[in-house]
Amino acid sequence: MSIRFELRAQPSKTMVWLSPIMAIALTCCVAMVIFALAGLEPVSALATFIFSPLADLYSVGELLIKAAPLILIAVGLAIGFRAGVWNVGGEGQLILGVIFGGFIALTYGPTGGIWVLPAMVVGGAIGGALWAGIPAFLRTHFNANEILTSLMLNYVAQLWLSYLIFGPWRDPAGFNFPQSAPLAPSALFPTLIDGTRANASILIALVAVGLGWALMSKSFVGFQLKVTGLSEGAAKYAGFSAKRAVWIGMLAGGVAAGIAGVGEIAGPLGQIFPTASPGYGYAAIIVAFLGRLNPIGILFSGLLMSLLYLSGDVAQMSLGLPSSITGLFQGTLLFFLLTADVLIHYRLALEPARPLYRREASNGL
Amino acid sequence: MGFDLLPILLSTLIAGTPLVYAGLGELITERAGVLNMGVEGTMVTGAVVAFAVALTTGNLWLGVLAAMAAGALLSLLFAVLAISFRANQLAVGLAMTIFGTGLGSYLGKPYVGMALVQDATQAGGGLAQLPVVGPLFSAIHPLIWLSWDYCSAAVWYFLARSRAGLALRAVGEAPTSAHAIGYPVVRIRYWATLFGGAMSGIAGAYMSTVYASLWTEGLIAGRGWIAVALVVFATWRPERCIAGAYLFGGATMAQLFAQSAGIGLPSELMSALPYLATIVVLVLISRDSSLMRLSVPASLGKPFNPQG
Repeated sequence: MSIRFELRAQPSKTMVWLSPIMAIALTCCVAMVIFALAGLEPVSALATFIFSPLADLYSVGELLIKAAPLILIAVGLAIGFRAGVWNVGGEGQLILGVIFGGFIALTYGPTGGIWVLPAMVVGGAIGGALWAGIPAFLRTHFNANEILTSLMLNYVAQLWLSYLIFGPWRDPAGFNFPQSAPLAPSALFPTLIDGTRANASILIALVAVGLGWALMSKSFVGFQLKVTGLSEGAAKYAGFSAKRAVWIGMLAGGVAAGIAGVGEIAGPLGQIFPTASPGYGYAAIIVAFLGRLNPIGILFSGLLMSLLYLSGDVAQMSLGLPSSITGLFQGTLLFFLLTADVLIHYRLALEPARPLYRREASNGL
Repeated sequence: MGFDLLPILLSTLIAGTPLVYAGLGELITERAGVLNMGVEGTMVTGAVVAFAVALTTGNLWLGVLAAMAAGALLSLLFAVLAISFRANQLAVGLAMTIFGTGLGSYLGKPYVGMALVQDATQAGGGLAQLPVVGPLFSAIHPLIWLSWDYCSAAVWYFLARSRAGLALRAVGEAPTSAHAIGYPVVRIRYWATLFGGAMSGIAGAYMSTVYASLWTEGLIAGRGWIAVALVVFATWRPERCIAGAYLFGGATMAQLFAQSAGIGLPSELMSALPYLATIVVLVLISRDSSLMRLSVPASLGKPFNPQG
């Protein structure tokens, strides 16, 4: 007997949605192995890991507030990924949102009125779009690889934010800690559910899901983007501009990440720290793939990834494991997802071992 | 004058060496037609593994070997997915980076804040006793020497002069033809990927054990990505890759140069220099589309199916 991979005539629609579930199940298995290695009882540790972040209303609020930026960024990135545009600069675009939104909040927040928060959101979107526009411009004009350029800009953005927080934006009353002055109330999102920290940024994420779905499933632009992603040659033949696809793909991610950045500072933190993002820009890449680059799917995968972030804190507090275990599980999840995705295009065929010549003959179609 | 120049040259060497290792490794992988964007994650894992092993055993070389093994193991994962299962190489590479970074920060947690005590006599050996040039030998770590003779020279010879190197290039340029002649395309791509992983492992090991003598999150700081960009900059030629590595090494050390020259720019701007330089260099090389077409291995990033 041997196992062989057989090309399917059509990509399997079932496997497209079964694959994330398989990946999650396999990641849980790996998690149990790691818990066992750490000397914990695997099953109960996994149960603690998954369920304790959902124990009460406050925790559910935390889940939503962490899921919001992940969903928002992932929807934006997915539009690019669908078009074959590899924007991995979500992290830097988010930070630009923090910088632009933060500038408006710190300058006009104390004196301004209710317009401050909307201005921050617009400013953040512009900041993210500008940062995403750089790789788009370099790709369309100079053919520079957008993965490398957008990634390099992540580091530049982080250094820019550090400069601001350690320099001009440092809170004079902050005991020399690297943090900005607290943001004025007019620069903060209103709380949505009493007794939690869940705020209106969740609504923005939901709007993004709706817009993303409409763009990708209902509009001609979305169709053009998808065709470009599937086959650049076909897109060219149909007269769809590849450059436009790059611009739309990059800017969608940039705008979304920039707004998510504003959501971070105008949310529970209410202050700007050099570590404004706990890696949301990178995690959103996983969220986008796990959600099958589909806004509705991303809604669920974003919640799952948010749970993983909260579970990391639980792991630290009640299981005695470092919270960086979240990153490990994120990577494992993505790996298993890509492995399971192989089954979208191939099927496993069990066949008895045969002499070579007969296999040749059966392949001779 | 000579004494002012020497430290600058030395620091450029020290900062450029990890890029020599990672860049040459990735170059070999890409010349076989495999685009492994997971260098950053492999370097992070290699750095942690090397640091942990070197710290517990007290032997730097065991650490380096362990990092090589870890790097090769990680890239084996990449190879199975990207070469055998023909998954999207960009996606798998990205997954490698996220996974390797996560694995590194998880494994490295207990070692944060510990320092590796370097045995000063280990570097250079007896050569350090020589007059005049002696300090050079004690200042230049054996891993730097190795990056010249073992890596640079051997990689150049392998690619340009050896039969195996010819096969590797054939696989990267025209896998179908190479397959038709009878070269094992998949196996050669596996070896090229494993080699790249092991080299990234050394690069990571160098960062944690020689460069910094400690492990901290953010130690690698994008050097793996710079190495990937470096291969493009080098137009897939090893000798240019080495020159580029020292160029970027110099950019990393720009902060020191600026300080010694009394230039009062914000340190963050100086730290951003290598990343900005990478972007500028990528643009300069990539804009010449005919040069790119001639240089890039023709099958780069494209999966090969031996069944046709």
